[in-house]
Amino acid sequence: MPQANTPATPWGIPDLVQLMDETGTVRTHPTFSPYADELTNTDLKEMYRTMALTRRFDDDMTALQRQGQLALWVPSRGQEAAQVASARALAPNDHIFPSYRDHGALLERGIEPSEITPLFRGSATLGWDPKKHNVHPYTLVLAAQVLHATGYAMGLNMDAQIEAETGEKQTGQGQATDPNQDAVKPAVAVYFGDGSSTEGDVHEAMVFAASYNAPVLFFVQNNGWAISVPFETQSRVPLATRAAGYGFEGLRVDGNDVLSVYAATRYAMDKLRAGEGPVMIEAQTYRLGPHTTADDPTKYRPQDHEATYTPLDPLPRLEAYLRSRGVEESFFEEIETEAKQGGQTVRDYVLNSKPEDFETYLDRVYAEPHQQVEDDRAFYRAYTAGFEEE
Amino acid sequence: MTEQTQETLTLAKSITRAMHDEMTTNRKVLILGEDIGKLGGVYRVTEGLQATFGENRVLDTPLGEAGIIGTSIGMALRGYRPVAEIQFDGFVFPGFNQITSQLAKMHGRTLGHYTVPVTVRIPYGGMIGSIEHHSESPEALFTHTPGLRVVTPSNPHDAYWMLRKSIAHPDPVIYFEPKRRYWSKGEVDFTDTGFDPFKAQVVREGTDLTLVAYGPLVPVALAAAKAAEEDGRSIEVIDLRSLSPLDFPTIIASVEKTGRLVVTHEAPVFGGIGSDIASTISERCFFHLEAPVLRVGGFHMPYPVSRVEEEYVPGIDRMLDAVDRSFAY
Repeated sequence: MPQANTPATPWGIPDLVQLMDETGTVRTHPTFSPYADELTNTDLKEMYRTMALTRRFDDDMTALQRQGQLALWVPSRGQEAAQVASARALAPNDHIFPSYRDHGALLERGIEPSEITPLFRGSATLGWDPKKHNVHPYTLVLAAQVLHATGYAMGLNMDAQIEAETGEKQTGQGQATDPNQDAVKPAVAVYFGDGSSTEGDVHEAMVFAASYNAPVLFFVQNNGWAISVPFETQSRVPLATRAAGYGFEGLRVDGNDVLSVYAATRYAMDKLRAGEGPVMIEAQTYRLGPHTTADDPTKYRPQDHEATYTPLDPLPRLEAYLRSRGVEESFFEEIETEAKQGGQTVRDYVLNSKPEDFETYLDRVYAEPHQQVEDDRAFYRAYTAGFEEE
Repeated sequence: MTEQTQETLTLAKSITRAMHDEMTTNRKVLILGEDIGKLGGVYRVTEGLQATFGENRVLDTPLGEAGIIGTSIGMALRGYRPVAEIQFDGFVFPGFNQITSQLAKMHGRTLGHYTVPVTVRIPYGGMIGSIEHHSESPEALFTHTPGLRVVTPSNPHDAYWMLRKSIAHPDPVIYFEPKRRYWSKGEVDFTDTGFDPFKAQVVREGTDLTLVAYGPLVPVALAAAKAAEEDGRSIEVIDLRSLSPLDFPTIIASVEKTGRLVVTHEAPVFGGIGSDIASTISERCFFHLEAPVLRVGGFHMPYPVSRVEEEYVPGIDRMLDAVDRSFAY
C-alpha cells in the first residue's frame, strides 16, 4: 500500500491553513487574516449566493443527464468554496485556465450557467466567449491546460518587456479588460485536481514556470479522488509539499473554508504580481458526488464516507458563519427562490441547445482553407444534394 | 528587407536566416527549444540567434517536449508566434499529446476565438549514421491529424521561404527538416514572389512515369530519374513540399500525362503518405493509369541500427526497381 511508504516524520509539509472551522467559527492567522478581513458581509453573501447557485445548477445538470439531455455531467458538489472563493480573489485582468469541473469559478467570473452546458450536451465544444471573461475553455485531456497557463504567463512576462521597450500595452489575441484600466499587473490562475497532478504535464509546467518565473498560480483542488483511485495512491504527501521541490511556495488550505481559500489566493496573487511567482495552492476539499455521471462511487468508496465527509460541506459552514454575522433567514430564502428560477432557465437553454450546421465544423479545422477539408466539403455537398433530389 | 536578393546557402543556414528574418519582421516571433541558445542547437541551426535577439526571444528550455509544445500553445494564445525546436524526430513523442490533442484542435474547439500559430521544427529522416531514435520519419502521424499543416523542404530556397510562410501562417505547422541535407548548398532568392508552401513542384519534367518524393529523397529521386534516362525512360519528378495539405492537382496533372506513378519516402510504406497518394490517384486517375501505383519506402519495422540503414532507406536502385516493375505491366 502506498500509504505505508508515507514518511514517519514527513518533511516540509506546509501547515494547513484554516480560518473558519466546520462549525463556522473563525480564528486568526498573522499572514492570512488581513486578507480575509477585506471581505465585507456583502462579499460573503455574494460568495454564498454563487456557491448556492453552483450547487443547484450542478444538481439540475446531474438530473438532466439522467434524463438523457446531457451526454455527460461533471459534478462540482463539495468544491464550491474552493472554486468560488479562489476566483473571487483574482483581479478582472487575470486569466483563468479551468479544468472541466470548475463551474463555481466560472459563475464567479460572470459566465452564465447555461454557457457551461453545450460542451456537456454535445452541441458545442465551447459555450462562452473566453475573451469576454478572460476564462479559457475547459480542457478534457487533463493537465494540458497547466502548460498552456504557464505559457500564457510567460507571454505576460514578454508583454511587460515589450511594453517597457515600446510603451505599447499588450492585449494578446483579445481580452476582457482594458490594460489602461488595470489596477494590478495581470497574472494567470490554472485549476486542476489531485488526479491531474500526477500527469507529466503538471511536472513540466512547474519546471518551466519556475525557470521563467512565470506569474502563474497553480490552484489544485484535492478532492480526494481521481475517479476511483484515492489520494493515497497518488501521493505520499500533501500536494503542496511538491512546490518546494520546484523552488517556489506551496500553501495548503482548507478548501471548504471560503476565508482561507480567498486569503491564500489573494496572498499568492500579490506574490505573483510582485514577480515572486509561481505559487501553488492545494485546496483540500472533497468530491461529495461521483467523478462524472458515468461513475458509480459505491463500488470504491467506503459506505460510511458520507457520514464522514458531509460535515465538510462548505455551504452549511458558510451559512452558519453568515448567520453568526447577523444575516437573516430571508436572505437564504431569496437565494433558494433564485436558484429554483435559474434552474428552469438553464433547463430551457439546454433543451434548445443545438449543434451548428455540420459544415461549420469543417470551416474551423483550420484558420485558412485547407485542400483536404475542401475536398471533403465538396464530397459532403454532393452526397447530401443527392438526398435532396429524391 | 534583405538587400542582397540572392545568396548561396546551406539548407541549415537558410533555415537560420528564415528565423532571423521573421524575428526581425515581427516582434512577436520567438524561438524555444533544447540547447538552441548558446549552443545554437545540436545542428547549429539556431546559431547566432540568441546573440542577436537576446534570451527573452531565444529560450533555452528545460528538457521536456510536452513543456516546449504546451507552453508554446499558451504563448500563442497570448498573441505570440513561437517556433519550437524538437531536437530529433524520435524525441517528438513526449510532446505528441500536446501537438495532436491540443495544438491541432485549439482553433476549432475555441470556435475560432483563438489561432495557435505555432511552428514546430523537427529534424527528421535517416542516413546520418546515428543511434536509435535519431533517424525516424514520423510525418504520417501528423498528416493524419486534422488541424495540423505539415511541410518539408528539399532545398535551401524552399527551406527559407517555407519556414517564413509557416511562421507567418495562422495555423500550426509541423516543419520537417531533412537533416541529412542540412549541408547541401543552393541558391536562395530572398525576393518574396508569393511563395506558396502548400503547393508541390515539378522539379524535373518527363513523359513516361511520375516519381513523387519529398524532403531528403528528392535528390535521390532526381538521380534515379537521370539514371533511367540512360534506359530511354523519361521520368517526371515531383517534390511534394507540403504533406498536409497534399497538392493532388499537381500529381494528377502529371499522372494524366505519364500514366505511371511511383511514390517514395523513408517512412514505412504501410499507412504512409504513399498509401494515401496511391488510393487517391486510383480514384481520380483510374483510366489514365498504365500500371498500379507503386510505393517505395521504409519497411514495417522500427528504423534499424545505422549499420544496416542502407537496406532500409530507399536509394536509387530501389526506385529504379519500382520503375522497372511499373513498366513491366
